Amino acid sequence: MSALNRQRALLDFTVAALARRRIKNLALVAVFATVVFLLASAMFFASSLRREAEATLAGAPDLIVQNLSLGRQAMIDAADLPKIAAIRGVATAEGRLWGYYYDRISGANYTVMVPSAADLVPPPGEVIVGEAVPRVRDFKWQGTPLFLSRHEGDLVRFDIARTLGSDVALISADLVLMNEVDFRSFFNVPAGKFTDLAVTVRNPRELSTVVEKASAALPDARFVTREDIARTYQKLFDWREGVMVALAFVAMLAFAIFAAEKATGLSAEEAREIGILKAIGWDTRDVIAMKLWEGGLVSGGAFLLGTVIAYAHVFWAGAPLFASVLKGWAVIYPDFRLTPAIDALQLGTLLLLTTLPYAAATVVPVWRTAAADPDAVMR
Amino acid sequence: MSLRPATPVLSALAALLALAGVEGTHARLTAPREAARLADEAQLVRALGLTDLALFTEARYTRHPALADLATAFQDNPLSFEHFPSGSLIAPPEHFGPTALGFAPEDLR
Repeated sequence: MSALNRQRALLDFTVAALARRRIKNLALVAVFATVVFLLASAMFFASSLRREAEATLAGAPDLIVQNLSLGRQAMIDAADLPKIAAIRGVATAEGRLWGYYYDRISGANYTVMVPSAADLVPPPGEVIVGEAVPRVRDFKWQGTPLFLSRHEGDLVRFDIARTLGSDVALISADLVLMNEVDFRSFFNVPAGKFTDLAVTVRNPRELSTVVEKASAALPDARFVTREDIARTYQKLFDWREGVMVALAFVAMLAFAIFAAEKATGLSAEEAREIGILKAIGWDTRDVIAMKLWEGGLVSGGAFLLGTVIAYAHVFWAGAPLFASVLKGWAVIYPDFRLTPAIDALQLGTLLLLTTLPYAAATVVPVWRTAAADPDAVMR
Repeated sequence: MSLRPATPVLSALAALLALAGVEGTHARLTAPREAARLADEAQLVRALGLTDLALFTEARYTRHPALADLATAFQDNPLSFEHFPSGSLIAPPEHFGPTALGFAPEDLR
């Protein structure tokens, strides 16, 4: 009998043996698959968001200069702009105008901004809005103007020049873009004041020198480099993934107890079965091969099932399980699609972490039983 | 020929593998479209000078964690602790310049 046929026969026997405790084994696979599903979903979600942040925020300004006053950020004076622009190595320095607007009508927070690119500056009295703004304001017809109210009895009308697509929702969902004149009059920002300064440098390697010189010129300012931004997000996703993995870890621990109980505590019936197999001429190797098949089928099948469902959950269904957690109290949650991003190393680690211990836990006690005398085991 | 016991199990596994293959193909096929979308986003980020993702919009320090004040937990009033759920999903900021003042006793003389 060829080796393949032999394994096939062993597999048939294993499946038949598993089928005798059908409910118990199906429940085991289901619980196992759920644990894998949770872990894999968290992994897919975090690595996709991380990739999104890395790819998009690579275009963020090289350096942001904030004015600190009383320990918090304050408006920065336009007079500081030439001081930064004069530093050798600075390509451009411009004042940014942006802030938050709490919309009392929808209860949402918008980020209102004056775009620096000329083609994104709306004409006076008009705004460009992110994907979520018309959604939370429930605009019914094309061309509905956006009324913003700063206080009781105040209503300012802005026509919508354009809506940014949902393709870019993850970075722009809550944006309201205005031109500078409208922004200053709406928020009562005096001329000569900016929210912060955005600086680009000619050579990224000179950034630390530029920061050094800039902090000598503006000792009270705080400098946020693109590296800081990238680090913040790196940390944010690690942290968030950590939170999810910590939750899943509890599930995994419960599963480990369940699996160990199932796999190591060989029931008398199973021990008897092994004894009979040995008595009718099975080799210890055959018994172990059979149990390896059993462990492989259960853990491999559960891993495959859990990962396949996790992929569908995150990338096809938009991770509905996590979205409710991430939404928090925010009224605006971007309607974004996640880019499939699979970290092969992480997936491999998950595979090893879930299948190997289970296979080991199945095989070791069987090996001890199978090595013993069949007569003693059956008795 | 009667059905061998392992056949349905193997078919189920094969079906799962096929589905995994479909998902892998999906990831590969959507990659160019997604790359174009990411390029669009990066373009918008550059054009507007954006610094943060619009994931959590409820508070300043969750909307722009990269630019937030360092005392975020107490920013709304001196006794207010974190009160937005997403605050628990965002780690406190780190790496903002030196935090220790290094000097030796003889420096003080």
